[in-house]
Amino acid sequence: MPETAEPDFEVIVVGAGIAGCVTAYQLARQGRSVALIERGESPGSKNLSGGVLYARGIQNVLPGFLDEAPLERRITRNCVTFLNAESSVGIDYKDTRLADPVNAVTVLRAKLDAWLAQKCEEAGVFIMPSVRVDRVLTEDGATGKRVVGVQAGADEMRARVVVAADGVNSFIAREVGLRAKEPLNHLATSAKCVVSLPRETIEARFNLVGDEGAAIAVVGDCTEGVGGGGFVYTNIDSISVGVVLRLDDLTAKKKGVTEIFDHFLAHRFIAPYLEGGEVVEYGCHLVAEGGLNMIGEIAMDGMVVVGDAAGLTLNTGLTLRGMDLAVASAVAAAEGILSALERNDTSRSGLAGYRERFFASYAGKDMKTYAKAPAFLEIDRLYTHYGELFANVLYGAFNLDTEPRRHLLSVARKALMQSPVKMRQLISDGIAGARAL
Amino acid sequence: MRPLSVPERLAKNRFNLDEQECHIEVDQKIVKATGTGRDLVACCAAHVYTEEPDGTISVEYAACLECGACLAVAAPGALKWHYPRGGFGVQFREG
Repeated sequence: MPETAEPDFEVIVVGAGIAGCVTAYQLARQGRSVALIERGESPGSKNLSGGVLYARGIQNVLPGFLDEAPLERRITRNCVTFLNAESSVGIDYKDTRLADPVNAVTVLRAKLDAWLAQKCEEAGVFIMPSVRVDRVLTEDGATGKRVVGVQAGADEMRARVVVAADGVNSFIAREVGLRAKEPLNHLATSAKCVVSLPRETIEARFNLVGDEGAAIAVVGDCTEGVGGGGFVYTNIDSISVGVVLRLDDLTAKKKGVTEIFDHFLAHRFIAPYLEGGEVVEYGCHLVAEGGLNMIGEIAMDGMVVVGDAAGLTLNTGLTLRGMDLAVASAVAAAEGILSALERNDTSRSGLAGYRERFFASYAGKDMKTYAKAPAFLEIDRLYTHYGELFANVLYGAFNLDTEPRRHLLSVARKALMQSPVKMRQLISDGIAGARAL
Repeated sequence: MRPLSVPERLAKNRFNLDEQECHIEVDQKIVKATGTGRDLVACCAAHVYTEEPDGTISVEYAACLECGACLAVAAPGALKWHYPRGGFGVQFREG
């Protein structure tokens, strides 16, 4: 397709999060002219995540990542727990192999993304902070509407390709029709506090040595039965603690985010982690929960969508992923854009290499593998009755009340009979879980 | 840890308040007709929205953490919400 007006940049990336920075960095390293527009005062200042980044992918992009980037702790301990009012049942998996080679790290995005943007600048990206993109510029082309740039206030900037890396709310992807208003079961809201504590206290409290870190994920009473969960992640000298609540369930159950978060912070099994700490920051963030079903078109004439803006997050029940998918989509998008620029065809079909590369990558394959996970995780019983049921089975086994013992299977059957969960539900949920996760 | 109130937590953050432009606008008629106000109040971690005794929803936009949950739950037409102008609003130091 002929491209008329001379562009200001070959590529304009909107949003200096992980997806935007990695896309810009990869393109600039190949000698392309790239502008990275960020509405925050500086890159990172609008960005927030729970905090665990699975780091293998980004190390391929930035080989010095582990040594140079402002990272918090290397996760060697993963806890996944059903948390009830008076009991909890879960797995506590600690493994030094997770530190070497490094698998996952905790991050604080205001710090990490500032560093990523600095890498971009060193690679030649033109960074424009404190600029809010108000709309995309489009022209009518032979195959429909074509994105040709962006408008910010009175300024218009043109590019051969615009990259929407503007996060889960992606106003620009919505504006051009690549994203519609999401159904509420595809979205969760998250509230988080960063709580400062001395590093020795954190290491003693979470049983960690040096820069080892712990990631604790819980479901159940912590959210008062609302679909979602809570998390406690260790940073170097602070803890990221928060809740994630599915918006459809939150509104249906008529609960408030802050009431649930307060309940979580005060929970007898959570509060001791935070004892003596001081809140240093309070944030919230919308989380895409739709998985594969949420990913629609990710390219059109003159534009691609990456990271959260493309709906790329994954909850597998054990791992909660978003940032590594942002990296993978950015790498695939940059390759797709380079190939389109080389062939001088940045139409939708010229940019189709992005989608192909993404779904050929481990990240795209994982989205397909876990396609049924979101539906499974909407089963209400996960957040209400299962935690109690599992605890009651274990209580029957551990509570030696001088009654003659019965075999565990019989204890479990009795606990199930007393639970609102029915045998057929347990079986069907078990099968669904096995298929989805 | 001393359990802080929401205003106390927000006071820990850094905000660049845009005194010239409010980025949130509520259509009180639609809010009243749809009852969507309750969801706006419930989903906001920053307590930006308050239901007043007369049933209208008041907005404290300076406290907004810019997550977008309100826009997702709002009944169609009840809310105009976009990001604050460049450089304004919450500026995370941790993130």
